[in-house]
Amino acid sequence: MTDAGRELYLSAYRTMLLARVLEEKLASLYRGGKIKGGVFLGRGQEALSVSVGIHLRKGDIFAPLIRDQAGRMAFGDTVLDTLRTYLGSQLGSMRGRDGNIHRGRPKEGYYAMISHLGAMIPVVAGGLMARRFRGESGVVGATCLGDGGTSTGAFHEGLNAAAVEKLPLVVVVANNQYAYSTPTSRQFACADLLDRAVGYGVAGHKVDGTDLTACLEVVGRAVEAAREGAGPQLVVADLLRLVGHGEHDDASYVDAELRKSAVGRDCLLMAEAALVERGWATEVEIAGWHEAAETEVDETASRVLREPAPDPAEEEWVAIQSRRLDDRFAEV
Amino acid sequence: MSVTYLEAIRSAQGRALADDARVFIYGQDVGNFGGAFKATKNLAKEFPGRVLDAPLSEDAIMGVAIGAAIEGMRPIVEMQFADFSTCGFNQIVNQAATLYYRTEVACPIVVRLPFGGTPGAGPFHSQSMEAIYAHYPGTIVVTPATVEDAYTMLLEAVAIDDPVIFCEHKFLYNHLKAEKLPTDGLPVGRARIARPGRDATIVTYAAMVHESLAAAEELVEDGYEIEVVDLRSIKPLDTDTVLASVCRTGRLLCVGEAWPWGGVTAEVIARVSAEAFGMLDAPPQRLNARDTPVPYHPDLWGTHRPTAGTIADATRRLLEM
Repeated sequence: MTDAGRELYLSAYRTMLLARVLEEKLASLYRGGKIKGGVFLGRGQEALSVSVGIHLRKGDIFAPLIRDQAGRMAFGDTVLDTLRTYLGSQLGSMRGRDGNIHRGRPKEGYYAMISHLGAMIPVVAGGLMARRFRGESGVVGATCLGDGGTSTGAFHEGLNAAAVEKLPLVVVVANNQYAYSTPTSRQFACADLLDRAVGYGVAGHKVDGTDLTACLEVVGRAVEAAREGAGPQLVVADLLRLVGHGEHDDASYVDAELRKSAVGRDCLLMAEAALVERGWATEVEIAGWHEAAETEVDETASRVLREPAPDPAEEEWVAIQSRRLDDRFAEV
Repeated sequence: MSVTYLEAIRSAQGRALADDARVFIYGQDVGNFGGAFKATKNLAKEFPGRVLDAPLSEDAIMGVAIGAAIEGMRPIVEMQFADFSTCGFNQIVNQAATLYYRTEVACPIVVRLPFGGTPGAGPFHSQSMEAIYAHYPGTIVVTPATVEDAYTMLLEAVAIDDPVIFCEHKFLYNHLKAEKLPTDGLPVGRARIARPGRDATIVTYAAMVHESLAAAEELVEDGYEIEVVDLRSIKPLDTDTVLASVCRTGRLLCVGEAWPWGGVTAEVIARVSAEAFGMLDAPPQRLNARDTPVPYHPDLWGTHRPTAGTIADATRRLLEM
């Protein structure tokens, strides 16, 4: 492995670690009643997610989904804004108007997902069309979803439309074996989700989602191909969601055999073992990084917990930018 | 030399494309074919690469427009028929309409909805969708009833920084003619007194403006002067103009081609009842389409929706209350 490859791996690992530590904090804040609404974690999907964010550049477009804490941070999201959004701080990018994973900064190419699965695919495609209209080249747009999301009409329509326009779109599917509680056997009948790539006339890439080395390589190849003008790329990663759908869900429906199988391995532990084995880090160094991540997360959380919540009396309650066109409703 | 409602829509799009490099048109068959109704005829030739045929995918069409708007473009989407916008509904109401409130990034898209009934069009090519979209926060919904409004309101819609649902009535496409295109007009958000009167107010919009004007003309023979208010915009609704009219006449009939449950006529009556109850000399009334799918046969269709005759009858009953 080259020096550049080692640096990329180390950077990806540290981001995965920070995401894992941050998500453990989110779970704890949720259990402590500090977070209102749902908490959806990406445990077990960090290697795949970080590989998407890390291969994108400033100026690219990224529309992550609910299990992409690692990818979000690799693309520039922060511990601070994550905590602000989850804790409803007025200072967060969504200002209490939306929460948890529904955050983004669209003007920076970081699109804020809606809850409807597959819906971000055509939106990223449209963003890429706008870039093309403006004559920008070398831009890539990426979006993530799970196996369940591939069953939506929006996935089909969005990927097909992007293929027709030959847009530099990368769609990354985390085949994490369950859509909430529904196993893949009740989700799709094709032998492999990768088969869908052929149907849309786009390039397909398969990867072991538990293996950071493989994820970095395969996702990197897909992003590069899109950047070079090869049209949409579909990446399908096999892995297992190592948490419930949300923190309210104990995931008792997950097959025990699956947990013990190769797909059920924890990508973070795998990456740590590889670091040590390759001599890129010692166990002591890794423990130090872990501790540094915990300190950063804890300090940021205590800061955000003291920040102001949005004030309903100060809220403008207007949903459009054109203030003169705001409809007025008489109140008693 | 005259210009139709449809030609006004085509001309407005041509002008928007010429004036603003951020504008592009995306929709089914809008390219070289010029659209199912020819509302984009010749535009693909005139503006190469900016009038694009889309796959038969309303969700993707809307999603693409939204993404392009986030990046600073001003897309105009043509839904082939308003009825099919239900397949793009999620993107319109959950993505486009929530974007500004959630992220402070505006979503300047125009969704053209060819809507309303024509003889023989049947249940899935006749629907009126304005109330559905107006129900959601974050949208602006307009329903031009004249050639002039079709032109100026479409140009203004493109300039507005928010999602505009542009409901263009198919029945008016070729029926309605004007001498020439206007140079200016009332802004979006303002209603218009289409005919002044003193005995009762009919509040209506789109194709029903013309049925209501015909009804008002018929009632002249009975000695009545009926005021007709053309709402022009459904959202925002120009409550002030409606209230001022009702205060003059003391009687209100709301007429809409859409279905009766909820909707624009109910909204107008709710506002008038709440804000000008004391000015009413009779209970406010409304006339809508019947509560069934829009029927295919012209004889059924003609009875399903309000017409000049049924509007005149309803107005007579209102005047006798």
